[in-house]
Amino acid sequence: MITQRLLTTRAWGVVIAVALLLIVLLPAANVFLPVDHSLHISTYAIALLGKIMCYMIVALAMDLIWGYTGILSLGHGLFFALGGYAMGMHLMRMIGREGQYQSDLPDFMVFLDWKEYPWYWSFTEHFWYAALLVVLVPGALAFVFGFFAFRSRIKGVYFSIITQALTFAAMLLFFRNDMGFGGNNGFTDFKRVLGYRIAEPATRATLFAITAMVLLGAFLLCRYLVTSKFGRVLTAIRDAESRVMFSGYNPLWYKLGVWTFSAVLCGIAGALYVPQVGIINPSEMSPANSIEIAIWTAVGGRGTLIGAIVGAGLVNGLKSWFTVAFPEYWLYALGALFIVVTLYLPNGIVGLVRKRARPAAATPAAAAAQGGNA
Amino acid sequence: MKPTEEFQQTDAATPQRDDRHSMLALLRAGRENMLAQQREQWDARPQFSRLVTSDDVDVTHGPILYLEDVSVSFDGFKALNKLSLTIDAGELRCVIGPNGAGKTTMMDVITGKTRPTSGRAFFGQTIDLTKLSEPQIAHAGIGRKFQKPTVFERHTAFENLELAMKTDKRARRSLTAKLSSSELERIEHCLETVALSAQRDKLAGLLSHGQKQWLEIAMLLMQEPKLLMLDEPVAGMTDEETARTAELLKGLAGKHSVIVVEHDMEFVSSIARQVTVLHEGSVLAEGTMDKIKNNERVIEVYLGR
Ligand SMILES: Nc1ncnc2c1ncn2[C@@H]1O[C@H](COP(=O)(O)OP(=O)(O)O)[C@@H](O)[C@H]1O
Ligand SMILES: [Mg+2]
Repeated sequence: MITQRLLTTRAWGVVIAVALLLIVLLPAANVFLPVDHSLHISTYAIALLGKIMCYMIVALAMDLIWGYTGILSLGHGLFFALGGYAMGMHLMRMIGREGQYQSDLPDFMVFLDWKEYPWYWSFTEHFWYAALLVVLVPGALAFVFGFFAFRSRIKGVYFSIITQALTFAAMLLFFRNDMGFGGNNGFTDFKRVLGYRIAEPATRATLFAITAMVLLGAFLLCRYLVTSKFGRVLTAIRDAESRVMFSGYNPLWYKLGVWTFSAVLCGIAGALYVPQVGIINPSEMSPANSIEIAIWTAVGGRGTLIGAIVGAGLVNGLKSWFTVAFPEYWLYALGALFIVVTLYLPNGIVGLVRKRARPAAATPAAAAAQGGNA
Repeated sequence: MKPTEEFQQTDAATPQRDDRHSMLALLRAGRENMLAQQREQWDARPQFSRLVTSDDVDVTHGPILYLEDVSVSFDGFKALNKLSLTIDAGELRCVIGPNGAGKTTMMDVITGKTRPTSGRAFFGQTIDLTKLSEPQIAHAGIGRKFQKPTVFERHTAFENLELAMKTDKRARRSLTAKLSSSELERIEHCLETVALSAQRDKLAGLLSHGQKQWLEIAMLLMQEPKLLMLDEPVAGMTDEETARTAELLKGLAGKHSVIVVEHDMEFVSSIARQVTVLHEGSVLAEGTMDKIKNNERVIEVYLGR
């Protein structure tokens, strides 16, 4: 336990198997197997799972900041949306003259009677620049906001409320047409990404495989962080911040570091989400979306990483079924799920599974300390 | 002098028996080396804080801590009222006083948790404590044990000491930090000193109350502070644990300056040389325990109750 390994041998085996499945087998089964083949994976399934993998990356980011550092962000949807918008700007420019008005400008700008791109759209025709924005915009916003919030020692519910207000304010801003981000319709009707038709099954399968690679990379990176001394300081901040300070650590830089990293992960997830889902609009910044992210993490089990992935998968799988079967009841079901987890499963699903597997290590503290050994 | 050497040196002179006895013997042997080590203690060691630039605490005039007319008011209520106090380098000082006298507030001022409303607080001749943050003060060489034992409950005893250890504590260093073998040895040795070797890999939250107190003291030792402040270190300890703590603290004096806040008069008598009595935020009396015991004002407000 002292020199915690990145992963146990068995866990490496699982990771490699999952990687093979997600990066190679599923996309191949979608593209190369004929539709009537029994092992064919439908394009619908690829689209759904691709979207859910983006959410899993967001959940990992949430687990770092909430599960490990004890800071509940209710604004992570904002960072996700900003990454999405940055990628969306590039995709909008790649539509070229295939829009309804056959103009060089996106349809919504033609509609506003704009004659040219506003200055902040400059260079977005270059993919590399958009990719830079995906990382820099959420990262810079998180850094500046975090610096002032953590320096002022804003904590607990106050911090959560401020992040919630931040995403809400951003949503109102993005709703405005004159912001130049498409108002409440946002960006949609994308045609091409890096020269490939976005509707092509091969393009979709490739995006899926890339998302899977990013998810696995994010998991390993997060796992490295939480098993390093950096991660031990984060959990120490969560459990006894004053002792951390009197031991000579300045919590500001630790919190700011993990907070900014977490925001960047969300931005990347958002950028992968947009071409796969085909739309980004301000509703991604709605307060409810950010709260949902926290629920995924709580359901799976905080402070375990693997719990975040499981939680995001389970809740979103359930959601896509519910919204087809009983769309009007989804919010009630989500609320009920959250209450049940809070009351009966403080360590989430992962905590429950571990308790079953090892009744001896059933104390919450022990379960949390073994975090991520899955 | 490397930090491990002082342990090894004393260890060589210590016949190993069970943990507890070896600890006491270690401390006794430690005291014999005290004077020789005292000089080395003040040698400039590498300082890793970017923020505290003075290489070391300037104790050329004797005292390591000066409090001068320090007042702290909370909404008009004066928790400290023109408190003045000096602590000499290497001294073991006990601070006593009834509940609410301002003992914890005094520690808060010294460690940067609370800013004084007025007055001055200096560490050595040069370091103005009222201008530094908590981590900067910790780097300057002040370690603190809280009234309520405060350890990292979801880390093992070993990890608690690892986190406390004096080293570069900047975030970016922590990403790649690895324990060297001498650091590892120091941690193991410190665990032995406080008789927690068997609990090495146990979560601190699962330790007994007394063990947590000891773990917190061990964390302070890992910080290698020049001034240690302990707020009610024997609260909730059994008589035997209290006696062991007294031995430990006596062994620390000389190598470190120590301030102990305590309620337990018996314990204070057993370790104290100089005692300061606080009352309503200022010093009521100061002197040896015998003098204090016979001071009429002290008897009136404290002992006689
Ligand atoms: N943060 C605070 N706000 C208001 N009053 C406080 C605060 N901290 C301490 N006090 C008051 O200051 C007085 C001194 O408290 P303290 O230093 O904890 O005393 P002691 O440790 O000697 O028992 C007490 O009356 C306490 O109620
Ligand atoms: Mg007190």
